[in-house]
Amino acid sequence: MRHEHRLRIGPVGFRIGSAWKAPVALLARLYAGYPGAGVPDFTVRLEPSRPWRRHLRPSVAIGGDFILPDAAPLPLAHALLAAEMGMNLQMALGARRWLLLHAAAVARDGRALLITGHSGAGKSTLAALLGERGWRLMGDEFALVDLADGRIHGFPRLISLKNGAIDALAGEVGEARLGPLLAGTPKGAIRHLRPRDEAIAAMGETARPALILFPRYGFARAVRPMGEAEIFVRLTQASTNYVALGEAGFRALAGLVRRVPALAIDYPDTAAALDLVARAWDGRGAG
Amino acid sequence: MNARLLVRALADPAATAGMDDAGWTALLAMARAESLIGSLAHRLAGLDLPDTVAAILGDARRSADQGRTQALWEAEMARRALAGLDMPVILLKGTAYVAAGLAAGVGRTIGDLDILVPRACLDAAEAALRAAGWEPVKEDAYDDLYYRRWMHELPPLIHRTRDRMIDVHHSILPLTARPTPDAAALVADSIALGNGLRVLSPADMLVHAAAHLFADGDLAGGLRNLWDIDRLSREFGETAAFWTGLGARARHHGLGPAVARALRLARRLYGTPVDPAVAGRARAADGLHERRLLARDGWGRERARGLRFAFYVRSHWLRMPPWMLARHLAIKAGVLRAGA
Repeated sequence: MRHEHRLRIGPVGFRIGSAWKAPVALLARLYAGYPGAGVPDFTVRLEPSRPWRRHLRPSVAIGGDFILPDAAPLPLAHALLAAEMGMNLQMALGARRWLLLHAAAVARDGRALLITGHSGAGKSTLAALLGERGWRLMGDEFALVDLADGRIHGFPRLISLKNGAIDALAGEVGEARLGPLLAGTPKGAIRHLRPRDEAIAAMGETARPALILFPRYGFARAVRPMGEAEIFVRLTQASTNYVALGEAGFRALAGLVRRVPALAIDYPDTAAALDLVARAWDGRGAG
Repeated sequence: MNARLLVRALADPAATAGMDDAGWTALLAMARAESLIGSLAHRLAGLDLPDTVAAILGDARRSADQGRTQALWEAEMARRALAGLDMPVILLKGTAYVAAGLAAGVGRTIGDLDILVPRACLDAAEAALRAAGWEPVKEDAYDDLYYRRWMHELPPLIHRTRDRMIDVHHSILPLTARPTPDAAALVADSIALGNGLRVLSPADMLVHAAAHLFADGDLAGGLRNLWDIDRLSREFGETAAFWTGLGARARHHGLGPAVARALRLARRLYGTPVDPAVAGRARAADGLHERRLLARDGWGRERARGLRFAFYVRSHWLRMPPWMLARHLAIKAGVLRAGA
């Protein structure tokens, strides 16, 4: 491939190859200071969806070690999103060293808070806000549960801010840490946010999971304790590689559910969410 | 760069000693793209590897182990579904290799479950599988009819809850292909395993692997299929009797040339020791096959577009007579309607 960028995010090395220069230059800017990857765990390729689509209405197909056969190509203006989707895809389909939970993770004093839930529950927004308010951002997309000791590995890639969350954070963090506005993507408007330097510097440090939250946005404020069975089933749904890991996945997930309290929280707005998180963390599962 | 790097690492793992990061990066990407990373991981186990490489190959070994467990479980599910029918159920390809404990199964990726049953039992097998939760993958009348009339297998079925595919074969080549293997002999000479299922005899297993490599595809993923041939040849080929039996059996199935070429290519690429009497003399086209098999770069991309297309056309040419090919392609292109 003509252009490439290598980087390590937490314990995972990536090589991103591109037929175009612009996406790689953008990745290099937003991921500046991340370590390199000598032999990467995964390869992502950004290639023309058809040979003539390199120059003529350029269109980016997401390739790599692991692919979804019917993934739709993206316009070149959205190539950064394509790169991020490509990296996520490699993790979702290829990672076998950790149990992957589709969850945001933030840490304080070496202990991790996991925030999971359906798309639109506000994981990324909450993680980004907490990351600006004294917590160490470990990742907005995947929490990596160690198969041996159950600790959480950080995976602090760029945070993907969507729609309303863009305005909520853009004023606070400053332009230097933001990627271009990607309007009209399949998920609406997106801007990528670079984690704080402290979070990047500490990305190799694991944390013991201490609380799991299942937020829902757009409901009256409420807190509900959850039983082990419900937590277990919802986390199997939130995991991309639980089935592929077989017995090791079951053991890791069962250990997490037994050791870590979980709460379902409903919130009407961001201020309520931050307050609920603070109370839940201080009470640590007491409700 | 081509997949020679991967072929060499499989054939001679010690040759990877001292390889630099760029070499490892390319090797691992190729191995993944060719579905050979699990086999490579087992071949390189125990060598002194860079930490990142060892971690990636460790993942690949765990993946292959889990794949093996799932494949054997899927075979057991099919056995239970078909147990009441009193028909021989013969495992094929990857599942057969792991069920029989063969070297070809070590680290191998296994996709669908492939089984062979006598053609007369096909309807009963399909009904029993559907009653046990398998259902058609696609409801396309043309494809369905095409499979049932011309193919050597039922339209693929997928299990409703386990999401795993099964291909039920009654032969090892499409009925439209020029060679017509003796399916009854495949069944008659199959070997019982302890678990109530069966596998092909050693010679038939190698004949099937060769048929699968050439006639049943366009050589995409061919390095993996050729690796099967290498492993089977080395494991079965220690006695002279195997080779004379193989030659006769290949001719009996009309697959003498396919088996011969498969053995020559395995010898060229993996250094497989083969009986020259069965492998025959080198042909000019062997080199083209080799180039096609190696058409993979260090990013895991397929190369040699023109050559690939030629093999694709050829695979259809071998699969069906010209009049039928024209009609089939016209329907697939949307030019002709299936009822016409």
